[in-house]
Amino acid sequence: MRSVLPPRLLAAVFNLNHPARVLEWHFIKLSLANVVVIGVMLLVFALAIILPFPGAKRRREQRR
Amino acid sequence: MSAAHGGGAAAPRERADTWTGRLREAALAALPPEKLLPDGQPTYVASWVYVFGVASIASLTVIIGSGMILALKGPSWWHDTGVGHFFNSVHLWAVELFFFVMVVHLWAKYWMAAWRGGRARVWMTGAVTFLIAVPTALTGYVSQQNFDSQWISTQAKDAMNSVGIGAFFNLTNFGQMYSYHVLLLPAAVVTLVLAHVLLVRRHGVVPPIESKRRFAPSGGAAGGRSPRAGRSALEGGKVDPSVRGGSEGEQADPPAPRGSEGGGS
Repeated sequence: MRSVLPPRLLAAVFNLNHPARVLEWHFIKLSLANVVVIGVMLLVFALAIILPFPGAKRRREQRR
Repeated sequence: MSAAHGGGAAAPRERADTWTGRLREAALAALPPEKLLPDGQPTYVASWVYVFGVASIASLTVIIGSGMILALKGPSWWHDTGVGHFFNSVHLWAVELFFFVMVVHLWAKYWMAAWRGGRARVWMTGAVTFLIAVPTALTGYVSQQNFDSQWISTQAKDAMNSVGIGAFFNLTNFGQMYSYHVLLLPAAVVTLVLAHVLLVRRHGVVPPIESKRRFAPSGGAAGGRSPRAGRSALEGGKVDPSVRGGSEGEQADPPAPRGSEGGGS
């Protein structure tokens, strides 16, 4: 099956044919990919605290 | 038949005289069926921050399942066939997801001080599981049987040598690493996860810190201020059966007895 996206576009986004980009700050050295994953983890953690759970408010009100 | 089975409710219970009977009695005392498979969860569990524990278990299940298939079929299958590539990728991405959700779960429990209320062993089994999972993943990376695994094994070998364990944990020894990866370390992870879940069932899901007041027993002399009242609040939050499919009419309003809040993680 032919991909909807042009192969060159996918290659531009997911081109792995180069050394990893590395971010350095003093003795801390992290690949850009790992920094992105850590950022997404922090975002998911924050959203898990902020976003309401479906039905949670109704359950709390029913208990009062 | 053991004396433990006989007699009415008021009759004094005698200890079983066989090791199997004593084991059964100890298991039932530690984890009675209503704690092991509870009907409801405390109201505070209805939060997204409580889903990462079960998400970790779900991804671990996919890891174990895909790993079993990879072990049955072997390296030439996972390198040379389309279906093999697929299961190889499922295994890899399930590991990525496992670490992602496990670390978020760890953060949540750390900031929640999840060792409160006599839950130190729950916290420790979880933390040790994370520490064991790291070498489990490392031995998997060096078991791929490709150039990537060769590169990782020689780089990591230097690290192991530098800390003095390279002689008996030899990353360039495929047989040793594969044994660690498919048997020893997964067995340790699964055993620790089982212990962790059983301990969660026994002690109940840790409540959020601010819920100490909200879930403290109302009335009474303690008034939620004494250490005992605080411990009671930590160990016996209100159970809301509707959180896990229970009937809306079955809500248990008074603080549940200790441990009846068992459930998720």
